[in-house]
Amino acid sequence: MANLIGRSQVDRELDAEFEAHIALRTEDNIASGMTPQEARRDALVRFGNPVVMKERTAGADMALGIGGLWRDVRYALRQMRRSPGFALTAIITLALGIGANIVVFGVLNAIILDPLHVADPESLYQINHKEWMASAQSIPAYEDYKRRNTTFTDMAAVYGMSGVGLRWQNALHSISGYDVTGNYFDMLGVQPELGRFFHAADEHGPNSAPYIVLSDRLWHNVFNADPHILGAAVEVNKHPFTVIGIAPPEFQGTERFYWPDYWIPMVNEEQAEGWDFHHDRLVTPVSVLGRIRPGVTARQATDDLNRIAADLAREYPQTDQDQSARLVRPGLEGDESEMIYKFVFGIMALAGMVLLAACTNLASLFAARASDRTRELALRAALGSSRGRLLRQLLTESVLVALIGGAAGMGGAGLLLHFLNRYDPLYGGDGGETLPTITLDWKIFAVAAGLSLASGLLFGLIPARQAWSAQPIRSIKNTPVATSGLRRFAVRDLLLGAQIAICTLLVASSLVAVRSMQRLLAVPLGIDPKGVTLANQDLSMMGIDGNDALLKQKAMIDAAMQIPGVTAAGTVNFAPLAGGGMQGIPIYRPEAPDKHLGNEVLSTRIYPVSTGYFTAAGTRLLSGRSFTWADDATRKPFAAIVNQTFARKMFNGAPAVGQKFSMFGDLYIVVGVSEDGKYGGLRHANLGGESEPALYTSSAQMVRSFTSLVVRSHLPQNEIAATLQRTMSSIAPGLPVQISPWQYAVNNVMFPARTAAEALSIMGMLAAMLAITGIFGMAAYSVSKRMKELGIRVALGARRTQLLRSAVGRPLALLAIGSVLGILAALTATPLLSRIVVNANSRDPLVLIGVVVTMILLGGIATCIPARRALSVNPSTLMREE
Amino acid sequence: MARNDLQGSLDLLVLKTLAQRGKLHGYGVVQHIQIASDELLQVEEGSIYPALHRMEQSGWIGSEWAMTETNRKAKYYRLTVAGRKQLKEAEESFELLVKGVRAMLRYA
Repeated sequence: MANLIGRSQVDRELDAEFEAHIALRTEDNIASGMTPQEARRDALVRFGNPVVMKERTAGADMALGIGGLWRDVRYALRQMRRSPGFALTAIITLALGIGANIVVFGVLNAIILDPLHVADPESLYQINHKEWMASAQSIPAYEDYKRRNTTFTDMAAVYGMSGVGLRWQNALHSISGYDVTGNYFDMLGVQPELGRFFHAADEHGPNSAPYIVLSDRLWHNVFNADPHILGAAVEVNKHPFTVIGIAPPEFQGTERFYWPDYWIPMVNEEQAEGWDFHHDRLVTPVSVLGRIRPGVTARQATDDLNRIAADLAREYPQTDQDQSARLVRPGLEGDESEMIYKFVFGIMALAGMVLLAACTNLASLFAARASDRTRELALRAALGSSRGRLLRQLLTESVLVALIGGAAGMGGAGLLLHFLNRYDPLYGGDGGETLPTITLDWKIFAVAAGLSLASGLLFGLIPARQAWSAQPIRSIKNTPVATSGLRRFAVRDLLLGAQIAICTLLVASSLVAVRSMQRLLAVPLGIDPKGVTLANQDLSMMGIDGNDALLKQKAMIDAAMQIPGVTAAGTVNFAPLAGGGMQGIPIYRPEAPDKHLGNEVLSTRIYPVSTGYFTAAGTRLLSGRSFTWADDATRKPFAAIVNQTFARKMFNGAPAVGQKFSMFGDLYIVVGVSEDGKYGGLRHANLGGESEPALYTSSAQMVRSFTSLVVRSHLPQNEIAATLQRTMSSIAPGLPVQISPWQYAVNNVMFPARTAAEALSIMGMLAAMLAITGIFGMAAYSVSKRMKELGIRVALGARRTQLLRSAVGRPLALLAIGSVLGILAALTATPLLSRIVVNANSRDPLVLIGVVVTMILLGGIATCIPARRALSVNPSTLMREE
Repeated sequence: MARNDLQGSLDLLVLKTLAQRGKLHGYGVVQHIQIASDELLQVEEGSIYPALHRMEQSGWIGSEWAMTETNRKAKYYRLTVAGRKQLKEAEESFELLVKGVRAMLRYA
């Protein structure tokens, strides 16, 4: 017993205490006249059997108290050292399960739980429309909301798509940031790192506040963190602005996926954007942030805003129809938060299942071991250990394993997150887009500890229950094999079956994700990005726009065509799938007398393109003609090329070429029809959804200073990039040009789908590994326990198939049952999976076949070693052993 | 007296002893009980230790190692506040028991 329980120190203390007693008695005996020998003998007799006394005293010690916990921990550690393979398996299993959960939680924490770096984020809302162009508002509408509401302390408007050329010391930098109303910083409650922010009081009409606040990152990158920059004049798109302050490093505005480089006052927006959007109620460029008053609920605030919206609809029936308001939490692109929430919580649910599978795996491992130890446990119960004590000891062991596993998982997850933070999968992004940095904060550690503890208790309680209900006398009398009777095996069978079912579900999920990804890759994009390079530039950064810009763009196309190896070149204002561009533009019938919102036939994306664009982009024209330079401002009506969806929706199947429509108050005539494609960018590509209407206009009729030069060539990427860079700088010296393969943009668009597929594949692989270890564990255990029986059967002439059946039949049967249950669960899991992957379909026959094949393979791998061991049983050696 | 019958009373005796004598080691407790009870209670002296340790775990008594008069290291026990309360309760319930038994004897 003393050996069994790690308590050498307690032992020594008891020995000392007893020794003192006997010595004191001996002294007294000698004093009363006995000889030393007599005295000691009498002392020993009076004391009683010291071994029994010690056992009973130690038992009393351990029944309660904190001291006992430490002994339990040391005992558990000794148990683990005694079977390192078991301990290692358990720890690795848990480390994987808990690690996966921590990584997912880290992401969840960073993009959902982590509060925005503004004062009192709880009361901050973004005001979206219920219908029509979800998040954007016109400035006049914003001003009306701000003036008339009674439920908000303040509101600020943000134009988030600002991109300008910043000239500093003869270098032009292409940067992106925000145009914000003067009260923006005060409303958010942010203090500058250096200098000052602008305020509502700085605004005195158009272009009255030429101030710029720099982000900490821009300040470091462009201005070498020079504090003397404050007060200096810089050029923003050729207009002088004064640097007045630096934002604190952690402040990124209110969008988690975006780090603005600068903030300039909204009153100066025209200088930066080149157009004035202050007075048009039809133009909706800004998102509106508002802080609700203390004590006001979101519901009340929404009602208040809807009252204003109803008034506005009456006052401005031409423009402000259907603008009912809705409050959303800022941070995740307004409405996309819902999608992102679903995605992250969906993944979290799957990660939770991995951990659950890991726990059932460990529970069956621990149960197997507990039944091996039934005799030991029973013996200790008989010797006076209370059942509560044994229970606590078993739980200590499982919780200890769980905590070590959790610590290992935390370490691994920390490393992985560190790596993920450094890895930037978004090439260029849509401009300033970055993934949030995931920092390990107390919440993550708390979750790690909580998960470890909970799993330890979970997989510890089942075997502990077994010890609880152990019958000491029967257990001691019987052999261990017999004591692990039918009922106890049934518990473990249940555990293994459940585990296999969960794993099957996870494997199915990962296959669904892979299939969805495969289908996405096959979606026709309407472009052929292979071999195409984009060179983005914005001539307004050099103060060039209008016809001058068009001339420069023509020169760029001509120069690009001169490069040997280039087969086609053209321009487009924001290339499809690379982000940005005009969307949601209302289209009216030419004869419609009342061209106001709500009366449009459809809303569309617009791509102003040059001649040569369709060849360069690889977009097929199905009928009609392409643009020529003759389609210029003097030629009316303007020419348009529409895609199939546009043609179908607008003209109801009638031949589109020759048809007319009205847009921006101009009359357009359709000169060609192009194939459908995918548009938008990283955030709005809608790859799995229905095709969207889109139209192309002639860049000579709709001049834009921002263009993407689209160049198709046979040249290697680095060569064409270098040549293009030289060509561009000869045409527009000093103009920042961003050159990248179109394929990168396409990869960016695929990023969410790819991430989902990768995440689910990893979960699937973890699940597969757990399934293997679970089946292997059970098969190996039952073979090792039944070696003797198998030996006898071999000796009696059993056939190999019979041997195999008895050795690994049970785990394989459980595999089959668990797999069937898992597949049934997977068939109903489409709603969960469609939160994570586009067009999830778990009833896909290929997925089902894949799952079946995978599970059969897993079963084969897991049982092959135990089966071989069972077949190689040598009766004679076995008999001699026992 | 059989050990089982003694169990409850032993706690009472130990607590009472410590209440009267203050700090005492295991041997001292045994000796005191034997002398005070006129050698009436004869048990194996070692049995005092499970009782002492159990009471210590229950928080009734505290312990520390100290030197005896004969310069020997021994573990000394003393009553805690909780132990004093426990002693009071044990004495009361013992009085009740004795009263009951006495009444029975008289009636018979």
